Amino acid sequence: MSELFDALGDPDFPLMRHALFAGVLASVAFGVMGTYVVTRRISYLAAAIAHCVLGGIGAALYCQAALGLAWCQPMYGAVAAALIAALIIGLVSLYARQREDTVIGALWVIGMAGGLLLIAKTPGYVDPMNYLFGNILLISRHDLWLAAGLDVLVVGLVLLLHNKFLAVCFDEQFTELRGVRVKCHYLLLLCLTALTVVLLVRVVGIVMVIALLTLPAAVAGHFSQTLRQMMVLAVLFCVVFVTAGLGISYPYDLPTGPVIVVLAGAVYLAVAVGCRLLRPHRT
Amino acid sequence: MSPEGPVIDLQGVSFAYDQAPVLEDVNLSVARRESICIVGPNGGGKTTLLKLILGLLNPQSGRVEVFGQTPRRARLRVGYMPQFYRHDPQFPITVTDIVLMGRLGRPGLAGWFGWYDRADRRAARDALAEVGMDSFAGRPFSELSGGQRQRVLIARALCCQPDLLLLDEPTAYVDTLIEARLVEILKELNHRMTIVMVSHDLGFVSEMVQRVVCVNRRVLVHPAEAISSEAIREVYDGEVQMVRHDDVLSQRGSRDE
Repeated sequence: MSELFDALGDPDFPLMRHALFAGVLASVAFGVMGTYVVTRRISYLAAAIAHCVLGGIGAALYCQAALGLAWCQPMYGAVAAALIAALIIGLVSLYARQREDTVIGALWVIGMAGGLLLIAKTPGYVDPMNYLFGNILLISRHDLWLAAGLDVLVVGLVLLLHNKFLAVCFDEQFTELRGVRVKCHYLLLLCLTALTVVLLVRVVGIVMVIALLTLPAAVAGHFSQTLRQMMVLAVLFCVVFVTAGLGISYPYDLPTGPVIVVLAGAVYLAVAVGCRLLRPHRT
Repeated sequence: MSPEGPVIDLQGVSFAYDQAPVLEDVNLSVARRESICIVGPNGGGKTTLLKLILGLLNPQSGRVEVFGQTPRRARLRVGYMPQFYRHDPQFPITVTDIVLMGRLGRPGLAGWFGWYDRADRRAARDALAEVGMDSFAGRPFSELSGGQRQRVLIARALCCQPDLLLLDEPTAYVDTLIEARLVEILKELNHRMTIVMVSHDLGFVSEMVQRVVCVNRRVLVHPAEAISSEAIREVYDGEVQMVRHDDVLSQRGSRDE
């Protein structure tokens, strides 16, 4: 860990500071939205949205290099693709009368394959691995501002609308009968999840981002009796996983994303097994 | 609407999910402060009938009116208790938070955002007290027994301060002691509101409702006293074992498999 602190303190080496800031900023949104995703049981939808993000990144890179649109940053493409994917997947899950999972699986791979094709046709060399598995070398100061902005949006909306989101997650039908526009709120939840997913694409990558969305919330769920408690604990667990992951990966020169995810997964399994052994009567 | 008008009025209502009709030519009128029970075999259309009254489904033909309006417009005057096994038993939520959901949909900005004020919290406390669950207010829903959860969901429906109470299987997970208490609670509520429930529990039904609505694609209405084995056999299409608990009060049909 001491190498990490040295690296964090080095004024000529902003990389680790950026990575840590990005991770901590993202943890706030991840803990909050992850709690909804886990309790509403939509982690499959969230994973599909995450993979569609690659389509947007590919399109943005292609526009930048091939069409000369310099402003078209990959992160803008990611945000746009995530929102479009969230709306399409959300509408499919609301209105598809059957085989919803097949349709969503198809969208998942089309988004991803489209991105890979666009990246392949982008002039110059772009390594899709950077986006699939994350690369903290790519985090810029600009990304941090983007992360902070999205954080404010996500947390602000959740603070405003928590009671309605809670009701939508717990009992959609009853909530609709109380005159709440359940479908709009459900789509809004998915859009916020989509924006959250984009936050950590740089750090852990598209493929593993779903782990950080669900695992901290799942761990927190074992120690919480209300959704609010679960959110606060999930944020804390997420900060711990990201920080510890950075701390472990740096001195051993390991890729950061997988270290964070393995850590989160190990803690989750340990907690799940531990709770099962300690409280065998609870189903 | 005039105060004498029916609370629920179905005229010539038919409904089908795909091709096969679930309900055909249903006529049903429920007066103010009446209590009725909907019985019938599984798949006979009980839940569909309830969903039509709630405006969650629209009939292919015929007309549904609640308080003289479309069901959708009348929604906020209706308190609905769904079957509780539809809920995730692991969901981290307290009893109070569930009951407060009955206060969603109030007018005004705070209502639009779903913020609860002091009056809402008082209404939630009162609703819990009414079903004898006030001492459980802060407890997690996941730690309650089946009967306790059922009563929390009834409290949530009461917290809507409804004029019409719709209960889907209120006695499904309730033991006999609680059931007797439930009858008392519902009889008391019936002074203030109209009650419509779905139940398999014919003993419970005959003790507290005025009319029984038998649903099996078509709808037949009986006065509660006339619930005889013939009437039940007719609606359940076949063998029904009757267990006679005592001569005066209750007759209980078996649950269909």
